[in-house]
Amino acid sequence: MEYETVIGLETHVQLKTRSKMWCGCANEYGVDPNSNVCPVCLGFPGSLPVPNAEALRLTALTGFLLNCEVPGLAKFDRKNYFYPDSSKNYQITQLDLPSTRKGLVEFELGDKMAQVRITRAHLEEDVGKSTHFADYSGVDFNRAGVPLLEIVSEPEITSADMAYEYLNALKSILEYGGVSDCDMEKGQVRCDVNVSVRPVGQSELGEKIEIKNMNSFSGARRALQYEIPRQIGVLRAGGSLRQETRRWDDVAGITDSMRTKEDAHDYRYFPCPDLMPHTPSEEWHAEVRACVVELPLARKQRFMSDYGLPATDAEVFMNDTALGDYFEKAAKGTKNFKAVANWVMNNLQAKLVESCVSVSNIKFSASAIGELVGFVEGGKISSNIAQDVFGEMFESGKSPADIVAEKGLLQVSDTSELEAFCREAIEANPGPEEDYRNGKEAVLNFLKGQVMKASRGKANPQLVGDLLKKILSS
Amino acid sequence: MPHTLTIHELTTQLAARQLTAREATQACLDRITAVDENLNAFISHDAQDALAQAAAADAAIANGASHDEQPLLGVPIAIKDVIAVKNQPLTCGSKILGDFISPYEATVIGKLRDAGATIFGRLNMDEFAMGSSTENSAFGPARNPWDQERISGGSSGGSAVAVAVDECIAALGSDTGGSIRQPAAHCGCVGLKPTYGRVSRFGLVAYASSLDQIGTLTKDTRDAATMLNVISGHDPRDSTSIQRDVPDYASGFGENLKGLKIGLPREYQAAGLDPEVRDSVDAAIKQLGELGAEVREISLPHTEYAVATYYIIATAEASANLARFEGVRYGARVEGSDPESMNRATRGAGFGEEVKRRIILGTYVLSSGYYDAYYLRAQKVRTLIREDFLKAFEEVDIIASPTSPTAAFKIGEKAGDPLQMYLSDIYTISANLASICGISVPCGFTSGNLPIGLQLLGRPFGEGKILQAAHTYEQATDWHTKRPTIN
Repeated sequence: MEYETVIGLETHVQLKTRSKMWCGCANEYGVDPNSNVCPVCLGFPGSLPVPNAEALRLTALTGFLLNCEVPGLAKFDRKNYFYPDSSKNYQITQLDLPSTRKGLVEFELGDKMAQVRITRAHLEEDVGKSTHFADYSGVDFNRAGVPLLEIVSEPEITSADMAYEYLNALKSILEYGGVSDCDMEKGQVRCDVNVSVRPVGQSELGEKIEIKNMNSFSGARRALQYEIPRQIGVLRAGGSLRQETRRWDDVAGITDSMRTKEDAHDYRYFPCPDLMPHTPSEEWHAEVRACVVELPLARKQRFMSDYGLPATDAEVFMNDTALGDYFEKAAKGTKNFKAVANWVMNNLQAKLVESCVSVSNIKFSASAIGELVGFVEGGKISSNIAQDVFGEMFESGKSPADIVAEKGLLQVSDTSELEAFCREAIEANPGPEEDYRNGKEAVLNFLKGQVMKASRGKANPQLVGDLLKKILSS
Repeated sequence: MPHTLTIHELTTQLAARQLTAREATQACLDRITAVDENLNAFISHDAQDALAQAAAADAAIANGASHDEQPLLGVPIAIKDVIAVKNQPLTCGSKILGDFISPYEATVIGKLRDAGATIFGRLNMDEFAMGSSTENSAFGPARNPWDQERISGGSSGGSAVAVAVDECIAALGSDTGGSIRQPAAHCGCVGLKPTYGRVSRFGLVAYASSLDQIGTLTKDTRDAATMLNVISGHDPRDSTSIQRDVPDYASGFGENLKGLKIGLPREYQAAGLDPEVRDSVDAAIKQLGELGAEVREISLPHTEYAVATYYIIATAEASANLARFEGVRYGARVEGSDPESMNRATRGAGFGEEVKRRIILGTYVLSSGYYDAYYLRAQKVRTLIREDFLKAFEEVDIIASPTSPTAAFKIGEKAGDPLQMYLSDIYTISANLASICGISVPCGFTSGNLPIGLQLLGRPFGEGKILQAAHTYEQATDWHTKRPTIN
């Protein structure tokens, strides 16, 4: 019997806010334990939460970026469970009226396009972090109360690779939108996987198994690559699966059971009485919507179709948005987009890296690159001279025209002037002349080099080649 | 005898340099020494800190600070032990907080300090404000000064006793279902529960967040208005506090009650109302009529569901609010072999019976499969109860009733019968469910010389109106001037 896989993902993403969700403590990673804490995020008696406006804004923005509905009414609920890293022993989250719902993520899967619908993206608070020592445990509450977005996908992912690509697409969208830095090492993105298998053709879902404890997207993929065959194997062997939560052991590369459905929590959700429902105005929605940026995939596709760039170039400009934006400025009014792209991706990028300058601090205007390309194409300067001109542009910010004029770099295309250079070169090097006449065409390049040297690179190389052949053959 | 003064009497004398703030505070401290061993109104107090604040107030007065700008300058005010005062203990009447010292301060305390008050003492209360008698305090009951065999009322019993016997000039309490008004009635002082959202809850340890409201216990209505003016207002640290201007609550004082419409709920003539209480309240309402008010009967049809509704919503919220007390971050801890056993042991040892009862009840009503039948339905009934009141307030300005169906009962009398205890809150509980304001003022005594309270309920943010009516009544009577004799 053939089996198919059904996967749903719950992805937790820390929002890029300056302060925490309910208090003014810094949302900051890597400081001493319990240094960013206050009575509110420590759950001290009498303290009350106040929503972080920026977190609400970033949540709505995420909704727009993920093509979600962003309703005019959202509320917060308490999810009750005891755990030492939970300062109040309930988590403030959103149950039935989340801030966003019903979205869609599109991404590339191999050479095809794929879609995963988003059930909801709701706002909640992160919890503290437990550390276990030899004979005691400690809890660091720096992370407690950091705004956390839980993005729940519909169960319509069908393979480990698809899950992996979905996660990467989600990450790049959130980074793009400025919603989260999505730094995995800092735990800013975490995901739980729900996976079940069923015989092909069966409409009801198999027993859902949740996998926790993946520290990376590739970990999630590996966990699924282990878990899917495991489940199919159990069924093939005539066994049965039951709903459970399993833990991914990254070192051993296996999942093992944490708890079954019978020990599932009753979270006793109810509306948080300390917080009013969030009822943003139309104007607020419009303001947030105005911050929606072009999504990575759309950008890549646009760079390919509008500028005719190959996918690899478009990806460079998708991944480095500042450089891509610069390219678009430089390409304006030019025709040879590929040549402009090459200058930006190769020469400019190299200069930026070696001199530690950012795109916003480039001295020359973006249109100068188009100008430079035009000079080369129009035969005014050679490609080699263009490299020097570019270097000077980068140093001084002067325009290519000024540099060429100041330094007298205009390409020499005057045949009589060039002929003089050629004859001098031939006279000075009688050996090669002999060789050429004896049929060794390769020496032409040597003579050409001598001419270029004598003209300080300004000679039009095409013309020089033609002239040399003509003289030597006469 | 400066401790027997009201706020307005004391501030007049302080301004006239007839008295120092230090003398006033010392008088209160002396009074505590003299009577509190028996009455048990205070869980603790920090005399040195109080005197230092009083000395600062004296210095300010000497430097020309005025009571116009700081209406409580030099006034000793005691605080229910459920409101956080920086560097002072915060027990909530419970053992579970152990020797916890609050590292931060409630918004109301900041406002009192800004107004110049001397903040002192931690007042006794039912554990986590759960109760109507202060018998649920882990520190023993506060005793009724009119008969020490009887309860003080609760949960702000300590606050009511301290004001009634002049251990302080005024006090803060909190009212979730009558916890200010009922002890005020039982002890013979004025208890004001403001509209939900009028006073910041930041720093008030939550029992039932959607019902809790900080209020005042004072010796008369003018002091209640003064205190309310100081503690009211929007607080950015409390999302449920309302952005609304604070009027001068005493502005209507002195005007007559002509045209004021007072409603008497038909449903409040329930069985269980003590005849002596009924007679006193009837007489008070008659007197309000003579003072110009128009009295008519109204209906609050969902009254009979109020107590049940309250005990579902309040306990549900409490079950979550009290989850944080488990020994991990602060308070008492009983060690265990793992976090769960530590939680269990700590909570088992730290909470009293009534608190456990309510946590279990609240956990039950929120449980999967029961939520709709209990919590959700209770929320719907709560809306109906609120609509009852809003409809009634289209017809009348104020609703009058007894504060409590009986005068103070004997300590232990209802302790074994929680339901009977819950029913004693029948007249006060609805105001919290409806998020309106209410006040209890002294209106007589039983034949056994126990105080009786008249409750006046007002529209949301209608504190000015109920204070005006209560003040006019107070001016025409002398019940509020009666003081118990302490042996």
